[in-house]
Amino acid sequence: MKDTTLLIAGMAALSAGTLAFRLSGPLLRERLAFPPWAEKLLEAAAVVLLAALVATTGLTQGHAFVGPSRPVGVLVAGILAWRKAPFLVVVLAAAATTAILRLLGVP
Amino acid sequence: MGSIYRTLSPRALRARVLRGAVLDGSVRRDIVLALLAVWLIALSYGAIAVASGFPLWFPAVQSILVVAGASEFLFVGIVAAGGNPLAAALAGLLVNARHLPYGLALPDVLGSGWRRILGAHVMNDESVVFALAQDDLPRKRAAFWACGLGVLICWPGGAILGALIGTAVHDTNALGLDAMFPAVILALIVPALRDPPTRRAALAAAAIALAATPWLPPGLPVLMGLAGLLLVIPRRPAPIRKQPAP
Repeated sequence: MKDTTLLIAGMAALSAGTLAFRLSGPLLRERLAFPPWAEKLLEAAAVVLLAALVATTGLTQGHAFVGPSRPVGVLVAGILAWRKAPFLVVVLAAAATTAILRLLGVP
Repeated sequence: MGSIYRTLSPRALRARVLRGAVLDGSVRRDIVLALLAVWLIALSYGAIAVASGFPLWFPAVQSILVVAGASEFLFVGIVAAGGNPLAAALAGLLVNARHLPYGLALPDVLGSGWRRILGAHVMNDESVVFALAQDDLPRKRAAFWACGLGVLICWPGGAILGALIGTAVHDTNALGLDAMFPAVILALIVPALRDPPTRRAALAAAAIALAATPWLPPGLPVLMGLAGLLLVIPRRPAPIRKQPAP
């Protein structure tokens, strides 16, 4: 890489900022008292964020649709998980489905 | 083996919690499997970083200091495409902003002092989701730490190994590894999705995030998904019910 100093600066900024995000949640929580319904809502917030993360990492790459093979793999995982298949089966089925589709030439 | 005293002493109890002994066997197995998936994804991260021209130490050090896969992939991608590392850091921070609401959602699993700093450092998608899935605080705490510390070992471990073998593996996507991360997270939130209001909110969040993806920088669409929470709020009957339950 062309400029190691700049690279280290970028890495330091990313790691320090990320730790700040991670620390501020618990620190804020300690200072504010939440009623039970708000706690429920906050827990739902985490699930909602994770669902949005599944959607974006499962269906898109950069700003565009990733092509069908990855979403189909994730969909298979979702169906298996909903039917209470073991975790290992779910995760391996996702990778295997996607890999097989790519082998067949699906993007 | 020991006496009852040994088994019940606070120190022994704490050791049991730390070892994950309070967790059910099935939960422990799921954590190990999630860690295996993290390790495989880390392999591809290390391999991709080195293949894009980064020095070997870079994925090794970054994976220890950041421990947040999506942002690290993004950082490497932007810099490899000729972007400024500081701009790449900003983009990575946007992706990692979701850790703030995670910290708000978690009950007190971190502890205090140095433990809080280490605990915050190992707060990630997997450890948060495992903690939320447990019923009581000791189990939440044990699951959080077992998974968090496991990721702290597996993510850099995989990244370093991936960087070492990086030149050998050219196309990790051929193995379908990119489908594993969303599959792991999805499998873990499925139990929470059996609750219809939460499911509606999650589906709305997914739709919002997808609709925003073409227009906004990475990371922001996921945060916008929080608007899906509006579907959960009207459900709470708390302000109406004045009488305490019998």
